[in-house]
Amino acid sequence: MQKLGVDSIGIVLMISFFIGAVICIQMKVNIQSPWMPRFTTGYTTREIMLLEFSSSIMCLILAGKVGSNIASEIGTMRVTQQIDALEIMGVNSASFLILPKIMALLTMIPVLVTFSMVAGFAGAYAIAYAGILTPEDLTYGLQHSFKQWFIWMGYIKSFFFAFIISSVSAFYGYTVEGGSVEVGKASTDSVVHCSMLILFADIFLTQILS
Amino acid sequence: MIEIQSLYKSFEDKEVLKGINTTFLEGQTNLIIGQSGSGKTVLMKCIVGLFTPTSGHILYDGRDFVAMNKREKALLRREMGMIFQSAALFDSMSVLENVMFPLDMFSAMTLSERKKRAQQCLDRVNLMDAQQKYPNEISGGMQKRVAIARAIALNPKYLFCDEPNSGLDPKTSLVIDALIHDITVEYGMTTIINTHDMNSVMGIGDSIIFIKEGRQEWTGDKTQVATSDNQALTDFIFASDLLKKARQAFI
Repeated sequence: MQKLGVDSIGIVLMISFFIGAVICIQMKVNIQSPWMPRFTTGYTTREIMLLEFSSSIMCLILAGKVGSNIASEIGTMRVTQQIDALEIMGVNSASFLILPKIMALLTMIPVLVTFSMVAGFAGAYAIAYAGILTPEDLTYGLQHSFKQWFIWMGYIKSFFFAFIISSVSAFYGYTVEGGSVEVGKASTDSVVHCSMLILFADIFLTQILS
Repeated sequence: MIEIQSLYKSFEDKEVLKGINTTFLEGQTNLIIGQSGSGKTVLMKCIVGLFTPTSGHILYDGRDFVAMNKREKALLRREMGMIFQSAALFDSMSVLENVMFPLDMFSAMTLSERKKRAQQCLDRVNLMDAQQKYPNEISGGMQKRVAIARAIALNPKYLFCDEPNSGLDPKTSLVIDALIHDITVEYGMTTIINTHDMNSVMGIGDSIIFIKEGRQEWTGDKTQVATSDNQALTDFIFASDLLKKARQAFI
């Protein structure tokens, strides 16, 4: 939980803060016009952060960080015979190594999603206080037509993505055969396949939950 | 005692083990020797259950390991200890935690009892000073000794060693050999060692099986090796000119 979740808080906060800020600038520069309400920037920033970034895009980032970590760690244990050692001792190695990682990521993902949402809005406010738009307009936009379900939607999607990241990357690590080159390949493959599965799952989950 | 009966193992259409029949006795260091690719590692992996034999029987004191279900195999494995070629210590754990690991998993001891037992094992392999270190902070020879301590933590009945001297200098190899031999006698274990090392063969080979191309070519002990008339065995053991001369002098 420490390694997969707590150690990811920094990168989640940093990326979410800057993406929140950038979305806010882009909306202000490219969408806002005299014909549009002034709250449009805040409204669209909120929708993007809640519906897509803090769940889906953040999990794509975590697939790179956490997924490659899981695949390479378990893969290295496989090629250095540590998994064989567990098996010889009579330990169910798959259950012993993979289950805690799945549980840890499922436990930590709501925390990471929450941090991402908060950091994204903090980034948007940083832009507002920098003078690009007024904080009052941003606040009004963030609150406009707010649906609590969108937050739950982000959490539900992220649970599915967390399961994909931990199980797929653990599978690639666990089934490595060979040496360091194969561990590297498994790590890359796990990130690619996790990302693809997250994107496909996102389409279906968005359709089902909307 | 471990009995191997008509053991065959194939990978797709390649037959690696071709009917091995042998017995590994209790309280002895039983060596499996042979050239690279002869099938000795496959034989050991079949014995410990990492590979499933194509046919044949592996009897642990009369209990057929091949016929056991998953649960029975898991229970039997708690009577086994194994020392891997690479030591296979858990990187994320300290030396003490590595030795405590099997106790944590399978013993009903309290934490202080487990710690005490792990320290006894580390003391047995003269590594009390290194108990708080991590595997990457100690030498290859020390890692092997930690692996021995971990293997004996649960008082196993069967000890398996896959090339325990691999990558070690001759002096450290002798220390490891002596340690394995002493522990085998002390704990009354059935020990099987997979080795290329000729010092091990001549030093601790209470019982030796020589495998060639998946077949059992010769069996005997260290006193019979030098005088054996098996050409394949003498070519393998006494490969260098120096060893050939030593053998001739001995004979």
